[in-house]
Amino acid sequence: MLANLAKKMFPRSLWVYHCNSGACNGCDIEILNVLTPFYDIERFGMKLVTSPRHGDVMLISGAVTRPTLPLVKRVYEAMPQPKLVFGIGSCTIGGNMWFDCYNVCGGAEKAVPVNYFVPGCPPRPEAIIYGVALALGLVDKKAAPVELKQMEFPIDMYTRKKAWEERNVIYKLLED
Amino acid sequence: MWLTSKIKQVMMALKPGVVTLKYPYEPHPVPPDFRGQPCWDHHKCIGCGGCAAHCPARTIMMRDICQEVRVMVYDGSRCTYCGRCSDVCPEDAITMTDQFELATGDKADVTQTVELFMATCKRCGRCYEHETTNAIDRMSMKGYRYDNLEVRAVIPVSTEHLDSVLLDKTEKYKRPEKVGE
Repeated sequence: MLANLAKKMFPRSLWVYHCNSGACNGCDIEILNVLTPFYDIERFGMKLVTSPRHGDVMLISGAVTRPTLPLVKRVYEAMPQPKLVFGIGSCTIGGNMWFDCYNVCGGAEKAVPVNYFVPGCPPRPEAIIYGVALALGLVDKKAAPVELKQMEFPIDMYTRKKAWEERNVIYKLLED
Repeated sequence: MWLTSKIKQVMMALKPGVVTLKYPYEPHPVPPDFRGQPCWDHHKCIGCGGCAAHCPARTIMMRDICQEVRVMVYDGSRCTYCGRCSDVCPEDAITMTDQFELATGDKADVTQTVELFMATCKRCGRCYEHETTNAIDRMSMKGYRYDNLEVRAVIPVSTEHLDSVLLDKTEKYKRPEKVGE
């Protein structure tokens, strides 16, 4: 019964714990920006909490550096179930420019399981709100993999030359 | 006294009105020079690989799966959205769109793949794009005579009209052979 109640209550209001794992402060400022009255995230019942034990959602910003890796893991374990992890910024998703750096894990996914990604460097506050709304089911997902192909298959060079010689009248004119 | 001050506060709060964005329910336009997700135009792309060479996060990877097909993979998961790829593109095939709503649950959703058909240069053996839209083919319309494969192997000379003397000269041109050949 308690589990059912939790399932019903969980999508209503997420309490957010913000975990900086070696970010440059750009994403952190955007996260704080989301909490301001202009982009009022408390419309969705969200609230920034200071302890991971109170949080439902962990917002990770930054590529997880080597000193912060055990701390991030401990924070993830300290959060009560059920829990979600949001990766904010490109650093968290793929490691950004530091993806192959020696002191960086190359993305938060290698430290903790990440449920939602918000790309951007830093992401706009709207993008963070969009990610949150996506998790709540308010909006549809817009991103999709794109595959482009040049449909015009080139004719073989030699075939083309032969066709040209057959068709073109300039060669005949030059002979005269 | 307490009530009057509260009423005063409410009046002050009502004066500017509601400033909160109704963002997820209403679209919010981006500033004019905003750099969102880069978008490739596969009709314009000549497959030079300049974007791949200049990307600071190395999100763009070029791969020649065979002599004629070059595949360009853009892995948007670690993109910085710096716009350098669109700056260096000689054909303006890359544009930074205003798309920022890229939040997903799957990293593969922000990837882009472009398959390009290439032809090899007869002289150097490297690849370039083989379509009527690229720079070399566009030049051919203004008088370049590259339909002959031997002429095409050398650096062509352009004329406004069809010059039979020049054509004759270029037809008989023999490209310099390598030492080993």
